[in-house]
Amino acid sequence: MVFVIRRLLQALFLGLVMSALVFAGIFAVGNPVDILIDPDATQAERARLIAQLGLDRPFHEQYFIFLGNLLQGDFGNSFVYNRPALTLILERMPATLELAFAAIVIAVVLGIPLGVYAGLRHGTPGSQAVMAGSILGFSVPNFWQAIMLIMVFSVMLGWFPVSGRGEVGTFLGIRSSLFTLNGLHHIALPAINLAIGHLALVIRLARSGTREVQAQDFIRFARAKGLSEPRIVLVHLLRNILIPIVTLVGMSFGGLIAFAVVTETIFAWPGMGKLIIDSIRMLDRPVVVAYLIVIVVIFIILNLLVDLLYSLIDPRIRLDEARQ
Amino acid sequence: MSVTDTQPPAAAPLIPRAQPPERPAARIIRDFARSPLALFGLALLLVIVLAALLAPWITPQNPYDLRSLSIMDSRLAPGEVGFSGVSFWLGSDGQGRDMFSAILYGLRISLMVGLIACTSALLIGLTLGLVAAYFGGRTDTVIMRLVDLHLSFPPILVALILLAILGRGLENIIVALIIVQWATFARMARATALSERGREYVEAAQSLGLSRIRILFGHLLPNCLPPLMVLYTVEIASAIALEATLSFLGVGLPATQPSLGLLISNGFQFVLSGQYWISVFPGIALLLLIVAINLVGDRLRDVLNPRNIT
Repeated sequence: MVFVIRRLLQALFLGLVMSALVFAGIFAVGNPVDILIDPDATQAERARLIAQLGLDRPFHEQYFIFLGNLLQGDFGNSFVYNRPALTLILERMPATLELAFAAIVIAVVLGIPLGVYAGLRHGTPGSQAVMAGSILGFSVPNFWQAIMLIMVFSVMLGWFPVSGRGEVGTFLGIRSSLFTLNGLHHIALPAINLAIGHLALVIRLARSGTREVQAQDFIRFARAKGLSEPRIVLVHLLRNILIPIVTLVGMSFGGLIAFAVVTETIFAWPGMGKLIIDSIRMLDRPVVVAYLIVIVVIFIILNLLVDLLYSLIDPRIRLDEARQ
Repeated sequence: MSVTDTQPPAAAPLIPRAQPPERPAARIIRDFARSPLALFGLALLLVIVLAALLAPWITPQNPYDLRSLSIMDSRLAPGEVGFSGVSFWLGSDGQGRDMFSAILYGLRISLMVGLIACTSALLIGLTLGLVAAYFGGRTDTVIMRLVDLHLSFPPILVALILLAILGRGLENIIVALIIVQWATFARMARATALSERGREYVEAAQSLGLSRIRILFGHLLPNCLPPLMVLYTVEIASAIALEATLSFLGVGLPATQPSLGLLISNGFQFVLSGQYWISVFPGIALLLLIVAINLVGDRLRDVLNPRNIT
């Protein structure tokens, strides 16, 4: 419990530091008036907005006002859509989360068996093929790989749609294209594109973990006891290679949300990533600032969750912390 | 500093003379050459870099000299002969630009951005990492907290946000790449320096009364270089890939600096109508460059760390 409370306090502190950095960043780079107020505004409007936003007050006072507005969810209105920036982002968030979720499922479901296989059958042609594939998956730039996927599977073979999210179904109150066939058809290519880099990482981790754990006494003991191979691999081995993989999956969820920017832009997937790129191109600054804050919060929460999950899987970590 | 100099000549007939110690550079080159894959990577890298350097002399046209372009030659398939009688071996783009020439010119920009950004990031990260390791205490805590904070965000996100604030441009993307990469170098430099700090030669330098700055940069620095050089090689590849990604997204380089990423981006609209070459060939060039750098980097990692040699 002490551990959980301490981590929560750390996360809160990190949030404060990041909000101060973002705020200082906006200040350092240019006049916040230019960043926060529509350049087309008239002189009277400007003066009114400056007073309203409190830009005529001292720096620290302004920071507290900024923080207060953030806590109330007030990020300003988008210049382009003329709607609250935060609402815009939250509307797009489910599409991004569902894409990242699909990518993680692909990376884990394919990556762990392939990695364990490569580790158990180390040195065989099959294992080498898996590793060569993972190195290639690592090197190919994500965006170019997306173009190749579209070129081969959409344009040449015509198996998958080129872009868009498809039909959205509702299940248990969650709206997602994972629940309709048409939606699954649409999500396949973008999810594979987003997954490949992480798939390569999962394969590597699972392989090195397998090779390490395989040589340890408890696996040899399980063998000597006459346990069946599937039981050794599925129960004894898998449990012990999971920790780095869980960390990776947790950490990479953030990375996936970040990299979704590329995938979403190419596949015209209506998520947060496409919104931020469009906003940067159209100089829609309130949306950019809001996206930044939302992403920082997501990252803090993710790091926290990974740490907590970590301590659940491996009690040694919790004990070490408590002893300090 | 040869060991043999100190041995008395009389001992020579009894004890076989010790071989003069091999120079480290010779050992590294010999070990490196033992891997055919790494040699292939190095050769590929040399060819790519040379082709990029010599682009103005070996390309059939200057792709950015409008007088040499003809709209009649636009979107020719690879191998087709153009209006003016020139063959377009890799096809041409929407403006009738020879893709081969455009790729070589694009490589120049991609390589330049990657090298400048990565070298600057190395220098900044190295200095901060060494300072953190050598001085320890509060300096160390402040620098490393910053590094940890930095590394908890994915590079593409940091770069994207920076460019959203700074805007497109050659200088801006270099600044963004430096800010993205310095922390990686700082962490590696600190870790290496920490393990080196306890060695005898540092103690010897300290007992000689040398200044901290001199110990730091004259003695500690050279011994920290090998792992950093490996990281530097690999990071150049990731800087080039990141620049290409950002330029592809339209937030990186401006249209006046057509790097590989911009070429791929220009070709993307034509992929849907089956004119694959405008996007595919610059992408292959980018992929070859990245793979070549990574092959060299991987081998350097093995060679510079004697424990890894099998």
